[in-house]
Amino acid sequence: MARCTEQFLLGQPAAGGIAKGVLRVLAPESMDDMSFRAGEDLSTALERARRELTRLIEREQGTAGDILEFQLALLEDEDFLQPVRIREREGHSWQEAWREVLDAEITAYRDSGDEFLAARADDLKDLRQRVLGTGMVLSDIGDDAILAAVDLTPSQFLQAYAEGVSGIALSSGSATGHVAILARERGISMVVGLAADMEQLPDEAPAVLDGEEGRLIIYPEEQTLTICTQRLRILEEEEQIAQTVATLPAKTADGVPIKVMLNAANPDDLERYSPGICDGIGLVRTEFLFSGEALPDEDAQTQAYERLLAWAEGRPVTIRTLDAGGDKPIAGVTVDGEANPFLGLRGLRLSLHRPELFRIQLRALLRAAVHGNLKVMLPMVSVPEEIALAHEQLKLAQKELKGRNIPFGQVSLGMMVEVPAAALMAEHFDVEFYSIGSNDLIQYTMATERGNAAVFHLADGRNLAIMELIARTAQAGRRLGREVSLCGTLASEPEHVGRLLDAGLRTLSVEPAMVGRVKLAISRHVINREKVEQ
Amino acid sequence: MSETVTGQVVINDPDGLHARPAVKLTKLAKSFCSDIAIKAGDDGEWINAKSLSAVMKLKARHGAILHVRATGEDARGGVDALIDLIKQNMG
Repeated sequence: MARCTEQFLLGQPAAGGIAKGVLRVLAPESMDDMSFRAGEDLSTALERARRELTRLIEREQGTAGDILEFQLALLEDEDFLQPVRIREREGHSWQEAWREVLDAEITAYRDSGDEFLAARADDLKDLRQRVLGTGMVLSDIGDDAILAAVDLTPSQFLQAYAEGVSGIALSSGSATGHVAILARERGISMVVGLAADMEQLPDEAPAVLDGEEGRLIIYPEEQTLTICTQRLRILEEEEQIAQTVATLPAKTADGVPIKVMLNAANPDDLERYSPGICDGIGLVRTEFLFSGEALPDEDAQTQAYERLLAWAEGRPVTIRTLDAGGDKPIAGVTVDGEANPFLGLRGLRLSLHRPELFRIQLRALLRAAVHGNLKVMLPMVSVPEEIALAHEQLKLAQKELKGRNIPFGQVSLGMMVEVPAAALMAEHFDVEFYSIGSNDLIQYTMATERGNAAVFHLADGRNLAIMELIARTAQAGRRLGREVSLCGTLASEPEHVGRLLDAGLRTLSVEPAMVGRVKLAISRHVINREKVEQ
Repeated sequence: MSETVTGQVVINDPDGLHARPAVKLTKLAKSFCSDIAIKAGDDGEWINAKSLSAVMKLKARHGAILHVRATGEDARGGVDALIDLIKQNMG
């Protein structure tokens, strides 16, 4: 049988490791699913959902096929859609209308007292998400799948991860985007910016994804596979050394102790690691804690935070309040139709805009704080007044808990430094600690959108302006006796570690999978003191 | 020429008119231009046989009598086809 010619596609490495497996091309229709993109209305969203389902049905048989048929048939039922259209005409956005009607249907199915109907409630949930364009269904991609697509949303990534994907190959995407962060955190290889028409790649072809060099190799030759296996072995050996180092306290070659914290998205991910490898949790991204959905109620949040504290066994746990907006839209929470969402209502701005939602989270954090050392971190702060407003909300949340006779603990309040204005004026903010979010700091300082591959080359963390802002923040922290850490991607890249220590940082918060390699880099570095003590 | 035709059939599928047969039934109903309504039992409410959402909520169980009513050019064909489908245990 004729063999296909080996193809090399070049891109940028986004998450390390080498994955060998089968290429699975995400249907182009599925990529249109970002309904939060301006432009999609109800009929185009429905049309897209129908196309997605039709395509999936072609591949599915048996139970899965029946489920999809059922969903498709509902989308073709005008009686079913009628109430959505009515609510839309009444002035609701189509997303609101769709969500409301579907939620009512889901409840009706679930509470129908009819087991067949109740069993279909999950299908309706699936359908609700599919039309909204979040939580797309990536069925049957298999364990060794290398998922090829133009781009992925974080929730799509999470779904692919749940399906057991081993590699992510994107033609768009960004090495500092949230999908890349999630991929690194979970040890999934990822390459972005691949020079290829992803939709034209051969589905189910054997492939190797090289997340170290940033290459996708389709129809690999025997020789290529051998080399990959050898490199994998070397990587594993390096990893073993790093694993050993991971359990030791971090210290530079000249004996300066460095705190290494973990970045976390949810408690399940942490279970794989021992708290002994870190000095605490430096960043919990609460927007990913609940699979990219809106935050759940106070009790559910409290429980999730308590789990993180229990895992940390008394070490500090830094939880960032909801950082939705920008490239992390959450239906029903973030604002649609902003011309430039990265400069819009996101992070703390959004929380202050929706104080009742914000206080649910604050109350949950306060309640969890009974069980450990909890630090609350505010994202996307620009001016000191925002911190004052956040303090007010925190006090209000405490009062509300008191009124309900619910015990709560003390939390320290800190801020992310990711807006240049905040980095320049850090000492003016009434906080107890700082954490530099290098990804956004780079984006806002260099005026380079983090998801845009065309300006990727400008978003270089080594840029002196970035290093200057980091050094200033570190200096402010030293003067005021406030801890300064860095929790962005830069800290998880061993080649940058020395530079960050030279800039004056003594705490780094890194992806759990990178702890060993970062500690190794720390142990090999001698701090350049000229830069620090100025 | 428009006419109204009715018919009835006992649901034999042990699982009643659940999702898969409901999808089949609505698809079949849609292939006719007549208005087609069904109801479960004598006291049931007529619902649009072309609406999957409505058919699902019919909760037509095993042993229930399904009434079919069609109005339109192909009413006779519609009623017969739906009754045949139910009789075949929904395939």
